[in-house]
Amino acid sequence: MEPTTKTETLDIEGMTCASCASFVEKSLTRTPGVQRAMVNFATEKATIDYLPTQATPATLKEAVIKAGYGVTERTPDTSAADRQAEIDQQKALAYTKLKRRFWVATVLAIVIMPLSMLMLWPAMMARVNMQWLNYGLLVLTLPVLLYSGREFYTSAWNGFKHRAANMDTLIAVGTGAAFLYSLAATVVPGWFMRQGIMPEVYYDTTATIIALILLGKVLELRAKTQTSAAIKALMGLQAKTARVVRPDGQEVDVPIEQVQLNDLIVVRPGEKVATDGVIEEGHSAVDEAMLTGESLPVEKKTGDPVFGATLNKTGSFRFRVTKVGVDTMLSQIVKLVEDAQGSRAPIQRLADKVSAIFVPTVVVIAILTFVLWFDLAPVEARLPLALVNFVAVLIIACPCALGLATPTAIMVSTGKGAEHGVLIRNAEALEKAHQVNTVLLDKTGTITRGEPAVTDFVPAEGQDAAQLLQVVAAVERQSEHPLAEAVVRYADAQAATAIAATGFQAIEGKGAQASVNGQAVLIGNFRLLDEAGISLSPLVRRQADELLGQAKTVLYIAVGGKAAGVIGVADTVRETSAVAIKRLQSMGLEVVMMTGDNPQTAAQVAGQVGIKRYFAEVLPADKAGKVKELQAEGRIVAMVGDGINDAPALAQADIGLAMGGGTDVAMEAAGITLMRSDLQGVVTAIELSRQTIRTIKQNLFFAFIYNTLGIPIAAGLLYPFFGILLSPMLAAGAMALSSVSVLTNSLRLRSFSPAKN
Amino acid sequence: MDSSEIIVTLTGLALSAFVIWYFFFSTRQTASAVSTSSGVQEVDITVKGGYSPDVIEVERGKPVQLSFYRDEENSCSEELLMPDFSIRRDLPAFKTTLVELLPQQAGTFTFTCGMGMLRGSLVVK
Repeated sequence: MEPTTKTETLDIEGMTCASCASFVEKSLTRTPGVQRAMVNFATEKATIDYLPTQATPATLKEAVIKAGYGVTERTPDTSAADRQAEIDQQKALAYTKLKRRFWVATVLAIVIMPLSMLMLWPAMMARVNMQWLNYGLLVLTLPVLLYSGREFYTSAWNGFKHRAANMDTLIAVGTGAAFLYSLAATVVPGWFMRQGIMPEVYYDTTATIIALILLGKVLELRAKTQTSAAIKALMGLQAKTARVVRPDGQEVDVPIEQVQLNDLIVVRPGEKVATDGVIEEGHSAVDEAMLTGESLPVEKKTGDPVFGATLNKTGSFRFRVTKVGVDTMLSQIVKLVEDAQGSRAPIQRLADKVSAIFVPTVVVIAILTFVLWFDLAPVEARLPLALVNFVAVLIIACPCALGLATPTAIMVSTGKGAEHGVLIRNAEALEKAHQVNTVLLDKTGTITRGEPAVTDFVPAEGQDAAQLLQVVAAVERQSEHPLAEAVVRYADAQAATAIAATGFQAIEGKGAQASVNGQAVLIGNFRLLDEAGISLSPLVRRQADELLGQAKTVLYIAVGGKAAGVIGVADTVRETSAVAIKRLQSMGLEVVMMTGDNPQTAAQVAGQVGIKRYFAEVLPADKAGKVKELQAEGRIVAMVGDGINDAPALAQADIGLAMGGGTDVAMEAAGITLMRSDLQGVVTAIELSRQTIRTIKQNLFFAFIYNTLGIPIAAGLLYPFFGILLSPMLAAGAMALSSVSVLTNSLRLRSFSPAKN
Repeated sequence: MDSSEIIVTLTGLALSAFVIWYFFFSTRQTASAVSTSSGVQEVDITVKGGYSPDVIEVERGKPVQLSFYRDEENSCSEELLMPDFSIRRDLPAFKTTLVELLPQQAGTFTFTCGMGMLRGSLVVK
């Protein structure tokens, strides 16, 4: 068999020229187990193909260090975190710059405004030389235009070269037109006089529009950073170091990037679990709320899985690393949320189509507005009127509100979902979930715990319950049968004293036998006792029949050749199931159950949780068929399941919800993954999706209505009837507020919390 | 109508026609991906008020690596969306950001800025 090679990428430090690179390359190539090494001087990276049987990343690093250079090791995870930090830093810098530009524009606009109004007082008109005043205003406006507003003009020009038009195009054309007109009126007022037009200037309009739009941008940027807060919080959960136990027993703190598979890691009380693994010794309660939304700490013992970023509460334990870097549960969650935030919701299609043609269309409307005003207004006022309305149309139109309406809501709600242990695969899943009218639950593992538990422990007459339990537990501790495990769990919960059993023997299909305290003990089904010739007393028989009537599995106990009691075992319903199902029903959803059990058991469980319709004796292969059956009735079906055999049904449903502890296969097939094994998650998912879609609809309605009303009003449509014209400054204020209001509405989703009953 | 009204009207109509043609009907810059020895299709895209090239042709079933260099600080282009591939990326100013994807189906897939104003398309053949 061909030995498999692995590839490792190292970041090399200290290379100053190409010969350094070949030096490092040689050193690596000479290392045993290295098949190929390539060092790129420009990117400062070494790519090495090696045989993991002969070399390890550590030996490769040594080879580089031996050649006299350094290695900065990076896992994909840390580089992602670094990249994010860099991006955040850039954004903070941009925000500071933007604020500075805003304040410069605002202060100057506050000075320009009253000076522009001087001419409205006849008393002032005589004292002030208008020409000089205009030059003064021009000097004050130039910094607003060239410093505060510069980005609008460069962006509009760059966009124009690419045949792309955006919000900046509108602002640049609008303010640019107002400014150029004013400049002409300032420099050559005589020409205007000869045309019979007063050479009015609009410097105040130019400056105020720029100040207001920048105010909108400042608010927008502030709100935008909050939309992605959830994912940043998730990334920040990653532990920075881990306490690794070296083979010689020494405990060393190492950076998380250096932790490798199969390392043994110590976790003390109050510490973060560094990465994913399985407990090898010790036990504790671990707070997993950050991953699952489960508020109560989870008990962990040897053999249980633990996850990176969770918080150890009380005990201390050692665990063996099973996953590092991008494979950990935390990284998977972050990736899932990131992917969801990049996806497009079908509801957005119309807005996307409109966005694509929005700006050029508005420019055309503005040009036509100018033409109509120029042609129809009285001669002496036509040019200023045409100009003012042209500018108002350009400035009031707000493509941002349209563009931001859907994605911001999706970003906030996917983050919010993750907080509650509900992972939404994409925007489409979120949208589908709100249309659902039927929820189909696969009984085992969703309504019930999916594992058998003792519900009744009934000693025969004359038997001491506590003693009998000790005896039974002694035998069952040696068995590997799921039913035996249930009995042992029950005995542990009752704090039964552990005693020894000898001569244990499992009897295929019937049960087990052993001897305890010198007495022969039999535990198993009816046939086991029957074949041993042990008869049941009428009382024991009656109790067994009663349990069978409740669709429970019955274990019969015999001690010293006599029937000693019966145990009722059933897959128990979770405490939260009935409440969650009631809540789903009150939300107007029909809840349907399906199970492989016989109709009797199915009816029993359905009755217990208030479900009226159920499918019994459904074979695993028929689950998807049941989904189709419901869909054929014209229903929109959400399917909730947790196992491999649920995957086809999850994929067939309009929306699949895979339940936590669920298999990866089920999660792949599902649009929504619930991190907790609890039906409350289904309620949360559907409520969240309903609220998100409601928010999106409000946003889209607002964005469309704002533009369809705003643009005609700015164009002067109301003027012939009511004499109303919209000042460009008001238009700028309205536009700044419109995108901010859409963002604020999306941010309201941050206060979402699922109803608990 | 006096002469200036006629001039304004004709200029306005001509300008409107130009805007419609320029933004909707004029030809766009197209680039085909270059395949490297390892079979990755690579394309360099400059982001400055738009994407150049803004139509990128790639082959189906082979990995694609798009290098976006954002040559401006303008906040309009700071985000990149490729909804068909569930990609949302921040593009830091004056830096190259790599976006990797594997197109499995033929078709035209749009990529845009965060607000859908700047647009480009990935044509998978």
